[in-house]
Amino acid sequence: MTLVTTFYVGLFYIATIILVVGVAMRIKKYAQTPAPLVIPTMPAPRTEAGVAYRMFREVAFFESLFRSNKWTWIFGYLFHFGMLLVLLRHLRYFTEPVWFWVNWIQPFGRYAAFAMVTGLLGLWARRFLVDRVRYISTPSDHLMLALLVGIGMSGIGMSFLVHTNIVGVKAFFLGLMRFSPEPLPNDPLLLVHLALVATLMIIFPISKLLHAPGVFFSPTRNQKDSSRESRHIAAWAKELEAKQ
Amino acid sequence: MADYEVPELHEYPIVPKLQRDVMKHSAPFIAAEKFQGPLGFPGSLPDNWKEVAIDKMGELLGKYRSLQVFLDICVHCGACTDKCHYFLGTTDAKNMPVARQELLRKVYRRYFTFAGKYFPKLVGAVDLTEEVLDDWYSYFHQCSQCRRCSVFCPYGIDTAEISMAAREILDSVGKGHKYCNEIIGKVFVIGNNLGLPEPALRDTLEGLEEEIEEDTGVKVRFPLDEKGADILLITPSADFFAEPHVDGLIGYGKVFHEAGVSWTISSKASEAANFGMFIGSYENMRNVALRIREAALELGVKRIVFGECGHAWRVAYSFLNTLAGPFDFLDQNYPIPQHICEFTNNLLKEGKLRMNKAENDHMKLTFHDSCNVARGAGMGHVEGGQFTIPREVIKASCNYFYDMPQDTIHDATFCCGGGGGLLTDDLMELRVKGAQPRMEALKRVAEDHGVTNLAAICAICKSQFAKTLPYYGFTMDQIVSVHQLVSNAIVMKGSEQEAELDGETE
Repeated sequence: MTLVTTFYVGLFYIATIILVVGVAMRIKKYAQTPAPLVIPTMPAPRTEAGVAYRMFREVAFFESLFRSNKWTWIFGYLFHFGMLLVLLRHLRYFTEPVWFWVNWIQPFGRYAAFAMVTGLLGLWARRFLVDRVRYISTPSDHLMLALLVGIGMSGIGMSFLVHTNIVGVKAFFLGLMRFSPEPLPNDPLLLVHLALVATLMIIFPISKLLHAPGVFFSPTRNQKDSSRESRHIAAWAKELEAKQ
Repeated sequence: MADYEVPELHEYPIVPKLQRDVMKHSAPFIAAEKFQGPLGFPGSLPDNWKEVAIDKMGELLGKYRSLQVFLDICVHCGACTDKCHYFLGTTDAKNMPVARQELLRKVYRRYFTFAGKYFPKLVGAVDLTEEVLDDWYSYFHQCSQCRRCSVFCPYGIDTAEISMAAREILDSVGKGHKYCNEIIGKVFVIGNNLGLPEPALRDTLEGLEEEIEEDTGVKVRFPLDEKGADILLITPSADFFAEPHVDGLIGYGKVFHEAGVSWTISSKASEAANFGMFIGSYENMRNVALRIREAALELGVKRIVFGECGHAWRVAYSFLNTLAGPFDFLDQNYPIPQHICEFTNNLLKEGKLRMNKAENDHMKLTFHDSCNVARGAGMGHVEGGQFTIPREVIKASCNYFYDMPQDTIHDATFCCGGGGGLLTDDLMELRVKGAQPRMEALKRVAEDHGVTNLAAICAICKSQFAKTLPYYGFTMDQIVSVHQLVSNAIVMKGSEQEAELDGETE
């Protein structure tokens, strides 16, 4: 095995562990932290099914964002939806045989990369052009966008400009999953793409990307309106009652 | 009239360009030592205040999922930045919800996250210093906890939750807010925010009985501390003497009279308001709420009805059962607690109240959705009932009603600018500027439809508008209580109004 292959094998094993364990730890923390008061943003659904529907509308259509700001919504939605199609397309590199619907999605996923990068560039432009957004943007906000744009552009580069040995790439990743490493093709664009992806995986659990699992734990969206009908007392609040 | 500029009202809302530090000077009076103790807080900044504050933050992160999740998941998208009435009115950058949250988040990151501990400059993490603490005190008392930002955030991040946590941390190091903390103290000692003792209450209520008998010829009773009554009325203490609040109280009395229910006020729990919520203190909020439970038990009532108070209704609707329940000793056939608007609306729907709308023809009304009612509570067991029920009550009392622009009402309503414990003279500049978006919407509907009056169901809104309307070219008597409209229109059995109406038709 070459030095490059060895490095990337190690990098992806470490990145996967950090991503999975890190996010799992964070989810555990959110799940175990009590929500002692009923605080959904009213008006709120009165049933669990209603809450599930509200959460679905947020995650699938970015409903609140649409109400807030149409520009942010368009760019944000283009980016996220484009990324979804791109990610689903990529399943072909991790499954054998390839699932039928992943086959169908191939052309959509390739062109969706443009939507994804357009969305990202639009969001990035707002961080310079709109004074309110410029004020609140930290270096990490810019770096995050740079990272994602880098991933998108290097991917587009391989899809449309300088093809890489995708058979070799798939063998490499299947090898990783079977704990029997195969050599990684030496293309510079591929190596950049993969290094950036590994970086994204590593910073995921220590960054604002936690909004992905986090939204499901947001009490202002995942609680139902039943406060008059039932008590919602947290364990630590029960202790206050016991003391008296 | 002011030594600062009152913001302009435009034809259409304009999102201002942000400015830095223009409201840095704004901060309410700090609570004196003697007001801190009874609430369980230190009287002044301890030597180890930094440790105490960071420990308190850690404690709150473990007790409130909202705080933990909201501090982690903000992506700085800016959707909230132009939604806060204080930002729109003051243009101070730190009044943008996300920027206000960052004041706390920057410190959270520094001490509780990997990125903040090892790469602070990258993520904007800062050390907790006295300057930061002062910034917190200033800007977390420029948030009325109205939750408007949470409507527009993609994840529902609620700056109110952050603001409450920040005030809890400030209290834990002795930086308490005089207005809020003194008031909570008064509730514990006397029973209401204004320090009105039982004899004064009794006297006031007797005065109201006399006034109603003079106006209508009907003896409407306002019972105090009467055991065995069906209904315990919990109403803001402002209803006992302030205008236009007291006209609302008169309205509730007339409605109860016509309904034929027995009811009473409690001198011990003579306050609907619960300032414990504003300072983020679960314990204090609970202790204030428990007084209502105690009063209900002592007086042997079967139902609890709340009067027109905004944040009180949020505590009542969303928290009372959890804080002071279970209320299994009350009649489970009725909502526990019930809002006076729900009570009146039910009677109207059953045709039990005779209304002469013409009595309010001299006014063209609009309705101000109070923030805590709109975004923090409900009514009528139906999603959005808190919007429709008060409007139904108004329309049953008046011939002329027009809503303000859609994006300023219902769950997008603009806070009056005086909520969240900020209704104090030492924050007058903030209150005047914070009222701007609501005033702009009011002007629109005044010009388009000839609206002459604004109706509300919140004691704080009524006081805030009475003070700030004149700054914007309106007059202080243009704010009215919803039950004032009911009081004007209601035709009680055996009243002079009834005689006049029926006499004419004979």
